[in-house]
Amino acid sequence: MSAAPDSTELKWRDACLAAAMLAVAPHAIGGVMLRARAGPVRDAWLSHLNALLAEGMPLRRMPVNAGDDRLFGGLDLAATLAQGRPVAERGLFAEVDGGILVVPSAERLDAGRTARLVRTLDYGRIEMERDGLSAKLRARFGVIALDEGVDEDESAPGALRDRLAIWLTLDGLSLRDTGIAPDWPRRVAAARTLFPQTTAGENLATLFCEAAAALGIVSIRAPILALTVARIAAALDGRTEATTTDAEIAARLVLGPRATRLPAQDTPEDLEENEPQRDDAEDLRDNDTPEQVITPEEMELVLAAAAAAIPKEILAKLASQKLNGRAPPSTGKAGATQASRMRGRPAGVRRGEPRNGNVLSLIETLRTAAPMQQIRRRLRGGPYLLPDGRHRIEIRSDDFRISRFKQKTTSTTIFVVDASGSSALHRLAEAKGAVEIILSECYVRRDHVALIAFRGTTAETLLPPTRSLTRAHRSLAALPGGGGTPLANAIESAVQLAATQKQKGISPTVVLLTDGKANIARDGKPGRKQALADARDAAAGLRALGINALLIDTSPRRNAEAEELATAMAARYMPLPHADSARLSDAVFQARRDQDERGGSRSRS
Amino acid sequence: MPVNFPFSAIVGQDEMKLALLIAAIDQSVGGVLVFGDRGTGKSTTVRALAALLPPMPVVAACRFNCAPGTGCTHTAHDAASTAPVPVVDLPLGATEDRVVGALDLERALVHGEKAFEPGLLARAHRGFLYIDEVNLLEDHLVDLLLDVAASGENVVEREGLSVRHAAKFVLVGTGNPEEGELRPQLLDRFGMSVEVRTPEDLKTRIEVVRRRDDFERNPAAFIARFSEDEARLRAHIVAARERVPGIRASDHALERAAHLCAEVGTDGLRGELTLVRAARALAALEGASDIEDAHLRRVAPMALRHRLRRTPLSSPDSGARVDRAVADLFGGSGERLVI
Repeated sequence: MSAAPDSTELKWRDACLAAAMLAVAPHAIGGVMLRARAGPVRDAWLSHLNALLAEGMPLRRMPVNAGDDRLFGGLDLAATLAQGRPVAERGLFAEVDGGILVVPSAERLDAGRTARLVRTLDYGRIEMERDGLSAKLRARFGVIALDEGVDEDESAPGALRDRLAIWLTLDGLSLRDTGIAPDWPRRVAAARTLFPQTTAGENLATLFCEAAAALGIVSIRAPILALTVARIAAALDGRTEATTTDAEIAARLVLGPRATRLPAQDTPEDLEENEPQRDDAEDLRDNDTPEQVITPEEMELVLAAAAAAIPKEILAKLASQKLNGRAPPSTGKAGATQASRMRGRPAGVRRGEPRNGNVLSLIETLRTAAPMQQIRRRLRGGPYLLPDGRHRIEIRSDDFRISRFKQKTTSTTIFVVDASGSSALHRLAEAKGAVEIILSECYVRRDHVALIAFRGTTAETLLPPTRSLTRAHRSLAALPGGGGTPLANAIESAVQLAATQKQKGISPTVVLLTDGKANIARDGKPGRKQALADARDAAAGLRALGINALLIDTSPRRNAEAEELATAMAARYMPLPHADSARLSDAVFQARRDQDERGGSRSRS
Repeated sequence: MPVNFPFSAIVGQDEMKLALLIAAIDQSVGGVLVFGDRGTGKSTTVRALAALLPPMPVVAACRFNCAPGTGCTHTAHDAASTAPVPVVDLPLGATEDRVVGALDLERALVHGEKAFEPGLLARAHRGFLYIDEVNLLEDHLVDLLLDVAASGENVVEREGLSVRHAAKFVLVGTGNPEEGELRPQLLDRFGMSVEVRTPEDLKTRIEVVRRRDDFERNPAAFIARFSEDEARLRAHIVAARERVPGIRASDHALERAAHLCAEVGTDGLRGELTLVRAARALAALEGASDIEDAHLRRVAPMALRHRLRRTPLSSPDSGARVDRAVADLFGGSGERLVI
């Protein structure tokens, strides 16, 4: 690895370049994914960007909890009531047209908001169909996704990242490094007029596609965005044709950070060996070679530029081939983000008083009141006028309509699967079978599922709560067996996960599949006695939280240890040999009903 | 007004394009569900359909898209006219009142009149209703759509209004399976289901990138470049629509279809019906006079793959099972048809 790309100077220069590109054509490049903690460096970058914006180019922040009325617009209630006729209010997406939308805490963006955002990005306009209003408004903007994720599992949703051309990280920079060249505003302004007529050399499309293939980038948006970025780079340089130099820049900003493998040294035929994706992923190998419009030197140049920009942590992983066992990093994190919608979704309105926490639906209230206006005026013997002579709308308490939110009692079933050696391999297969039976019930009920597996010395959350059974199935199938039985750790992981689910208003059910033969203590040391004691401790924790549990004993015969453990965690106990599919799902859902009853009485007390 | 990428300029994704064309030729085949990876041009393709379809005759001032001569009572003047076939987007975040229609707030507040403001379902009548990210749609809207799609009629009873109007549309949904499965009830409503993947072939990928770049740089010129192809395809659709009623389904073909459905184990008769209808539309598109094995073969995966009795955990690509059954029934290899 050459030292240059790690140098803070180059890093900051690229960051400045990215800001300039965003300021030239925000919508064309989709935006920038900025992975950095909040701090002076990030602020410096944002203020640098702010200085480059043209007159009238909006830069707005998306409130973390923005609802549909704020994003898409809707009825302006104050104005509607004052004027006695519907007045529309523009939403954030329309307001930021032509400019840049800053999305803070992008790593926590939920699936619903992500879908709204990427759809608007794709379409460049919004179609508002809300509150009796219907409008099509231009909404062409670029996005800055501020991603403050700490570890690599925590990042902005894949659907959003895929559409943002430039992935930037400001880690390792300090305020000292953030000098800004004075000629940026002039260059940006010039590039803005130049960009529309800037073309890309014939060979660049080929170049980017090949480079993407060599770097293991599946999404076809990557080469498309790289081409646009190359054109902007040329425009910033005062030229109207993008060349290999610009391609290098694009490779560094767009392709490098997306790489899932290192480019192979030789011909494309070798690529397959490093294929980091699994069976279901794309096989990028291509047998017919495309027309030779690019020279090997060009390719090498672009690949080198991209490779230099591969983030260090990914490089480390690539080197240890750790990426192999996992889904590509672009996988969405839908499961983890579902929760915020669970607070209840709008489910129509009904008549009622806006008290006891009920929310008045003003639109529906107005609608109800509207047909009555003439009659009420007549009954009154004349209109009720405002000082300026306009009608005032008369609303009676009968008109009140309140929004109903359906607080679905969503449940998450947390599977804790013993994959240790003592649960000999064929038992593991049976346990997997049992999990699949319950999973298919969960599918019908649209529950979330999570999967924790334990073996050796630790328990690992293989699958955070998700509704995607495709993913559940995959992680289950890939689960290997063997090693010790760290039962205490496993139960503790389950308790933690269950507790966070509970906080989100989701009722968790823990399904523990084990033979109960713990032999690894909480501290990771072997020893049956201590291990068993620790496991009981952990089980008591589960009980204390009032979490609903089921223990499926995977040992060949009924086994006292497992039964005792079940008692300790107040779980239903079921030996696997007796567990046919009907009984299994009965057991799970019976346990859940117990929980619902218990939960109900608890909240009242 | 943003312009859409032309349908005929979309590289590859033949199955998705074919499914949409079949739905455009014969609406009774049912909706199209497109599931697949990000960035495979799902939305682009569906939106491109709007510009491709030949205009349809309508009653000029009718807001419910009534066809002339069907006794439209929504407007006093029944002057016939033509209008583009609606491809209506159901945006995420749409409120229920805009979907089904509701009291016209403006007229109610200002004039004290009780008038019905038609919603998206009225606008989509005789056309397409497109739901992007269909698996993220709110449940109460899904229920509503299912109801209307099944009955072909939208019944509104709210705010003292009582309105019913025809709402027959082709439901088109796209989504990414990673974001969650679709409810089985909704899945069944779609006549055809297609799985799309990112193109793997390097040449194809390069062409996709080139065209996208050309389009973004100069949309008008790009559309002009493909206008001839669009016109040709449009003429194909018009001709195929006329031919559909005359396409014969021989006993042999029906038997084949029944066999295929029994082989892969689909629930109910809907699968067979869709299979035959889709094959008929394809035969019409290709100018054949009979449904041939080749037609059944080609549409079998899209008509059946989402109807297999399967555990939810069987591999998401259940298309493979249909492929196997097709190969068993029709023999190992068959000519690949190209439109």
